[in-house]
Amino acid sequence: MSFSVHNLACQRADQIIFENVSFSLAPGEAIWVRGRNGAGKSSLLRICARLLKPLDGSISWQGENILDDPESYVGAYQYLGHQDALKSAMTVEENIKFWADYHGEADVSAALAEFDLMPLRNVSAGILSQGQRKRVNLARLAASPASLWILDEPLSALDRHYIGQFRERLSRHLAAGGMAIYATHQDLELNDSKSLELGADT
Amino acid sequence: MARFFQLIRRDVILSFRQGSAVTLSLSFFVMVIVLFPLGVGPELSVLMRIGPGVLWVAALLACLLTLDRMFQADFEDGALDLFMIGPLPVEILVLAKVIAHWLTSILPLIVVAPVLALSLNLPAEGILALTLALLIGTPTLSLIGAVGAALTVGMRRGGVLLSLLVLPLYIPVLIFGVAAVDAAIAQLSVAPHLLLLGGISLGALVLGPLAAAAGLRLSLS
Repeated sequence: MSFSVHNLACQRADQIIFENVSFSLAPGEAIWVRGRNGAGKSSLLRICARLLKPLDGSISWQGENILDDPESYVGAYQYLGHQDALKSAMTVEENIKFWADYHGEADVSAALAEFDLMPLRNVSAGILSQGQRKRVNLARLAASPASLWILDEPLSALDRHYIGQFRERLSRHLAAGGMAIYATHQDLELNDSKSLELGADT
Repeated sequence: MARFFQLIRRDVILSFRQGSAVTLSLSFFVMVIVLFPLGVGPELSVLMRIGPGVLWVAALLACLLTLDRMFQADFEDGALDLFMIGPLPVEILVLAKVIAHWLTSILPLIVVAPVLALSLNLPAEGILALTLALLIGTPTLSLIGAVGAALTVGMRRGGVLLSLLVLPLYIPVLIFGVAAVDAAIAQLSVAPHLLLLGGISLGALVLGPLAAAAGLRLSLS
């Protein structure tokens, strides 16, 4: 398993946000994408998640270009963005169960237990606090069998306790041969994680 | 395949729990049709003359009311992003959304349409033809509407633009739908009109999801 990005460039509304971005990930590796506001962290993550088309460059999964052949890449990664995709008309458990079923078999109750969501499982997602919504999303991530996690601000709204818990969960994911690309302004330094600075020259 | 049905089930459950989609289009449909006898007057021959057209136009407009929510709700909370990168092809995703929209916003209209048709003095054979024409013709409304909804997703006040985009494309359905009911009232054969409606629906079934998927990719990039 390997993920690599070669000479990626991104354009938003006539403006080049970044160019010549290259990195690669092997199993067990994570990369921390850093940069100031507007440096293109979210755009880079959205490109990696196939939600945006890059202006130039290539992304490969197992050596195959994902833009030419997305088949094997779909299902191998999970994207966690700023929005939480929670439906307030459904309970926490129904929300997670839908996404878990949608992405393939998964252990919903283990994922719920992992982020202490068991007491909230039958609560409507509409009344959750921001931090609780984030935890539900992290549980959705943990419930999926994907090996590459693409995380945009996974720690926002989380308290110190759950940041520690998420760091531990991420380390376990990496130790099991997973990979992660994450962007955060908070401190999420993992042992021997790589780091990529966007927009350093501007 | 299981995912396809899960998605339809989720959308139907959501719209029933939120209640808005079903009650909104249904009550709009009923109100508009009840207003016509009040506005035109109680002359039975006039009501029978305009009845089929009124029912069809009301159905088109009621369908428009909920169309803009087809992708918008999922777009706003980020679920659409997850669907776009998920294991289901976008075209199939659109088809699931279309079926859910038809089940929640249009099927209830078809159920109450015969009762409302009675209030417009439509004879029994006209009501039968109306129900058949609605069943065969209305899937087109959801399918073509999906293309408009996909193109306007993420736009502020996209609903107005959506109506302008979609309503002209509904004209063939309206013409043949009304013609079928008129033919039945005049004791003529209904089959040609229903076949044409069926043809339009099948054409829309092929082209609609493809075009809507392309529209979604365009609006989301």
